[in-house]
Amino acid sequence: MKRNFHKLGEKLIEGVITASGLVTSITVLLIVFYLFKEGLGIFSQTPVAEGSLLAVNRQNQVSELSAAQVKDIFDQEITNWQEVGGANAPIKLFEIDDITAYYTEEQLGPDFAFLPQRINEVVAKDPHILAYFPDEYLAHNFPGKRIELANISLGDFLAGRQWYPTIQPAVQLGVLPLILGTLWVSLGAILIALPLGLATAIYLAEIADPKVRNFLKPVIELLAGIPSVVYGFFGLVVIVPLIQDVFGLPVGETALAGSIVLGIMALPTIISVSEDAMRTTPRAMKEASLALGANKWQTIYKVIIPYSVSGISTAAILGIGRAIGETMAVLMVTGNASVIPHTFLEPVRTIPATIAAELGEAPQGGIHYQALFALGCILFLMTLAINLTVDFVSAKKKENR
Amino acid sequence: MPFNLLKTRLSGLLVASLLLGACSRDGETNQTTASGSGNAGSATSITIKGSDTVLPLAQQQAERYMAKNPDASITVVGGGTGVGLAAMQEGTTDLAMASRGLKTEEKLKLKAAKIDVQEVLIAYDALSIIVHPNNKVNQLTREQLEGIFTGKIANWKEVGGADEKIVAYSRETSSGTYEFFKEHVMDKKNYANGILMMPATGSIVQSVSQTPGAIGYIGLAYETKQVKSLKVSYDQGKTFVAPSMEAAKDKSYPISRPLYFFYDATVAGRVKSFVDYILSAEGQKTVQETGYIPLG
Repeated sequence: MKRNFHKLGEKLIEGVITASGLVTSITVLLIVFYLFKEGLGIFSQTPVAEGSLLAVNRQNQVSELSAAQVKDIFDQEITNWQEVGGANAPIKLFEIDDITAYYTEEQLGPDFAFLPQRINEVVAKDPHILAYFPDEYLAHNFPGKRIELANISLGDFLAGRQWYPTIQPAVQLGVLPLILGTLWVSLGAILIALPLGLATAIYLAEIADPKVRNFLKPVIELLAGIPSVVYGFFGLVVIVPLIQDVFGLPVGETALAGSIVLGIMALPTIISVSEDAMRTTPRAMKEASLALGANKWQTIYKVIIPYSVSGISTAAILGIGRAIGETMAVLMVTGNASVIPHTFLEPVRTIPATIAAELGEAPQGGIHYQALFALGCILFLMTLAINLTVDFVSAKKKENR
Repeated sequence: MPFNLLKTRLSGLLVASLLLGACSRDGETNQTTASGSGNAGSATSITIKGSDTVLPLAQQQAERYMAKNPDASITVVGGGTGVGLAAMQEGTTDLAMASRGLKTEEKLKLKAAKIDVQEVLIAYDALSIIVHPNNKVNQLTREQLEGIFTGKIANWKEVGGADEKIVAYSRETSSGTYEFFKEHVMDKKNYANGILMMPATGSIVQSVSQTPGAIGYIGLAYETKQVKSLKVSYDQGKTFVAPSMEAAKDKSYPISRPLYFFYDATVAGRVKSFVDYILSAEGQKTVQETGYIPLG
């Protein structure tokens, strides 16, 4: 009886553990699924906001425009139809708010009942018009010609260089500057953090007095506990002006500032992981090296580092992972200009900073919202690649033994 | 993940609980004054939603109003002008805060939903153009500002300053100030690609104060001695006006915008007392204290 009861208890616990494991895994998968479902929706949309349309007079030869052309037209960079393949005539822009310049409230009728008709008249009258208005005011007998914009393609999305997610009438979603910005800042961070982190790890593992080590290790781990917004503030007030003075730059918010802040933030991970790896070097190996007449430094770089190289690689990769996903600190110090960086001394905009800064105001389900989710997918794939590399490296480590 | 919704709800809860706390505290101590305020008897609860620019002002007003009227409970939530107007149309908020007038598009929607909208002008807000204190330039025309922020003017010597690269700072795209600046200063043209975007007004002040070639825009209330504000001309350089409370009040300073409350006429009975309070001399004093420009 008692044994049966025991068995029942064990079964119950086993069931609970299995169930919670299952639920957690399914939740994680659902989150990833949701991310991709929202993100991939962007590729079935046109750059014109849902519920609006662009139209021209029927006589106009132009029937297709690219998102970039539409932006230039509304910025008045392109002012003649000739530049986009039409007749030689100036482009006349019309937006729904302009209707009051054409007609009085009375002519629009009570509750704007005659508005579709009035839009018809405006578009029919001017052969050089480019009208932008909500499609609910499109009359059945609309005399103009709708301008269709091609769907956003994966190529345009990944290789585009212009990030204007909120402009009207047609958004421009080129994420190349954001991807490069993220990689650029992370690369800088690892170039700064890895040598410093390794040196500290070697010092802690092999050289430091146990007393010093017992004091230093918790202090370094404390670095990991400082909130990232504090690092960001420190960066904005201290590092940004410093960089500006040292390099004589017009502006201090640069990729380098982001890299330094991220480098400091990645240090604790790199130091603890690589120090642990170094401390697992068997005592026999170290003693054998010393017995052969090698001095301490020779032992470190001929025996300990080669032995723990996979642990060190793991540390470096985990450090990069921390840097790529970091949001707040970077948002505050890199200037967030969406241009492709050529040096470390230029402002950059990273993917996490973009999502954090823009998601709050993006209308749910709209193009901008989906574009931000697509950026999330890209970030997810980047970190996934990093995690797989960690797995690969640590699997290699086991093989070597 | 409805991040937006969650954020709004959380901040709403926070504000609500804070206000409720304040309310009950005051309720205990100010019993006597409350009965004389003319609002005794029915407990009123009002929700206010919309523009983040108006948010600090509305919160301050709501707190002071509730201190005087312990029966009233007012919840103030941000989210943006568009969010507030949409919520009003759906009937989920009583008052919508707005940092701009209604667009034709919105008027159309509200008419379609058969809502009789009441508009109340509650205050003005002005933007100052700021530069580093050592900058020689003291004034700019609207056209020059447009050139700077669209990237056509890249060096201070083109506008009468030293030979120094111009570093333009803007707010993030999600900010209402970003849109306002684009519409009223840049003639609806788009910002240059290389513009630096800062998450908050405070960061713009900090960055401009430490960058010699910097230019940025901030609300009048945020001006400090670390930065220099420029005179602006909207008539091709004939008259330049420095930003100040007085100039914004008499409308000689061009970069200012009206702040509104909108409400459905059917809830007028409930919100009237609060709206009247804001328009009263006391409410308008609060407007000035919180750094906005009072009416009249």
